[in-house]
Amino acid sequence: METVTLTEKQKKSRRGRNIALGVVLAGLVVIFYVITVVKFTTGTMPL
Amino acid sequence: MTVIDGTNGTTGAIALSEASPRDFFALLKPRVMSLVVFTALAGLVLAPGHINPFMGFIAILCIAVGAGASGALNMWYDADIDAVMTRTATRPIPAGRVSGEEALAFGLILSFFSVGILGLAINWVAAGILAFTIFFYAVIYTMWLKRWTSQNIVIGGAAGAFPPMIGWACVTGGVSIESIVLFLIIFLWTPAHFWALALFKMREYGAVGVPMLPNVAGEPATKRQILAYAVLTALIGIAPTMLGFASLGYGAVAGMLGLCLVWSSVGVLRMPDGDERMVPAKKLFGYSILYLFAIFTALMVDHLVAPLLAGLSGGL
Repeated sequence: METVTLTEKQKKSRRGRNIALGVVLAGLVVIFYVITVVKFTTGTMPL
Repeated sequence: MTVIDGTNGTTGAIALSEASPRDFFALLKPRVMSLVVFTALAGLVLAPGHINPFMGFIAILCIAVGAGASGALNMWYDADIDAVMTRTATRPIPAGRVSGEEALAFGLILSFFSVGILGLAINWVAAGILAFTIFFYAVIYTMWLKRWTSQNIVIGGAAGAFPPMIGWACVTGGVSIESIVLFLIIFLWTPAHFWALALFKMREYGAVGVPMLPNVAGEPATKRQILAYAVLTALIGIAPTMLGFASLGYGAVAGMLGLCLVWSSVGVLRMPDGDERMVPAKKLFGYSILYLFAIFTALMVDHLVAPLLAGLSGGL
């Protein structure tokens, strides 16, 4: 079995990328939710 | 059990990324993006009609991300020449912080997401122009024109000129003469702006084989063309007043700004050939950025203030 030992710099950068990706995904959820609400309330949602 | 050291370069097959979110953000060319955001906002504000403020924010976000995606694709393709020029050697790919594959994947994913969300949330005309803009910048300009012709930034400048047209299309769902004028202001401004930079960076461009006009046609021809495009930019700058979608006040401001641009270009024309310091070219480069921000700010202020002034004068 092979394992990879990350350096401290690699661990830190991976954690940073994971946090950034999480923030972006959460942002997308909020954006899609608000777009849906706006489209329904303004009557522009295709049915 | 085999333990492989994650240190890059020692294992060959395994090269683990040390890229930070900041490096990926740098791939988006944030300074160019700020100009894109501003001009797209201008298109959105100037367009007749109304857009929900949140949808307007989504439109600007998608346009900004799309522009950033094309920047990442540009950096992926140009990594070889970026590594040689001092201005670009510290970019994430030549500096070794982000791999070419990571930048390519990042650029493509952001392109699909920005175009897709703009189409689904706003309209597909705006999304179509955004998709064309990304294609034009990444493929037509970066892969084809940039290393082929000295007119690279004249034609390629169209990519940077589309954002106000996209902003306009987000509100109206189409393209009109007014949005074409906004496009032309940036399109005609780009050569004077970029050739001013190329003049004092011509040795670097020459070293990497990019046929910028000063290297191909020489300094005198470049200076004359800078002046010609500055005059055209000054003229198109007052077109909104001539065409009736901006006030005389805007026309006066745009005229003054345009005269200063032409005057700065005359300063470049008078600059001795072979000048080492190139101060007039550096001044023109700086002023050209200010000019574009000022023109679009004046257009937005005029659009927002003119109806108020008309209301006040009507009430008196």
